Amino acid sequence: MVRLVREPIDFTALTEAVRRPGCGAVVTFLGTVRDVTGDELTVALEYEAYPPMAERKMHEIADDVRARWPIGAVTLVHRLGRLEVGEISVAVAVSAPHRTDAFAACRHAIDRLKEVVPIWKKDLAPGKAEWVHPGAPTGAGNA
Amino acid sequence: MPMTVAVRLFARARELAGADVVELAARDTVAGVREELAVRYPQAAALIACSAIAVNGEYAADGHPVGPDDEIALIPPVSGG
Repeated sequence: MVRLVREPIDFTALTEAVRRPGCGAVVTFLGTVRDVTGDELTVALEYEAYPPMAERKMHEIADDVRARWPIGAVTLVHRLGRLEVGEISVAVAVSAPHRTDAFAACRHAIDRLKEVVPIWKKDLAPGKAEWVHPGAPTGAGNA
Repeated sequence: MPMTVAVRLFARARELAGADVVELAARDTVAGVREELAVRYPQAAALIACSAIAVNGEYAADGHPVGPDDEIALIPPVSGG
C-alpha cells in the first residue's frame, strides 16, 4: 500500500496491516520532525508533493522492494502539510519471513523515497522559511 | 498562433516564479523547456539548472521530446522524508 495523507499517520494500524502468518519479522521506520539540525532551530516543517508522480514513484519503490527481497508486505505513507516538531512525516513498514530481509528492504525503501519521490519540505522557525533543496545553491531565493 | 507548453512548478521554484503553472513558448525537448524557464525566471536560474524535469509523471532526460499535450513539471531537488 502506498498513500499520501494530510492527517496524522497511524503507525500502529500501518504496522498491523503488513503482518502475515508467514512473516516472523516486521520493521517499521518512522521519520519525525527534528527540532535542531546542526545549530539551526526548526519549529515545524511544511511538506508539499506532486501527488500523482509521488504516488507513482512510491509504487515503483514498493515493487522494487518486492522484487529484491522475499518479503510479505510493504507499505509507504507520507504526510503532507504543516507538521510540528515530533510529528511523523513518513512511515515505511515491511514484513518478511526473517529480520535480515525486513531490515534491508525497509532501509532501501526509505532511502529511495528520499532520493526520487517528488516531495519537498519547507523548514520553518522564527525568522526562517526555507525550502530544502539538497545540492541547490542556498540563500538567494528563499522566501 | 504560437504554441505553448504548460509547466508545473513546486516548492522554491513555485515561490520564486509566483505561480503554480506557467505557460512557455513551445520547445520540443526537455532541455529547451529548461532554457525557456531560466529565461523567464532568471531569479530561479540556479535552481532550475539543478532541477529535474518530469514529462507525464516520469523523470525525463534533456533530449526527451515534449509537446503541448504533455504534462511537464519542474522537479527541484527533493527533500521528502
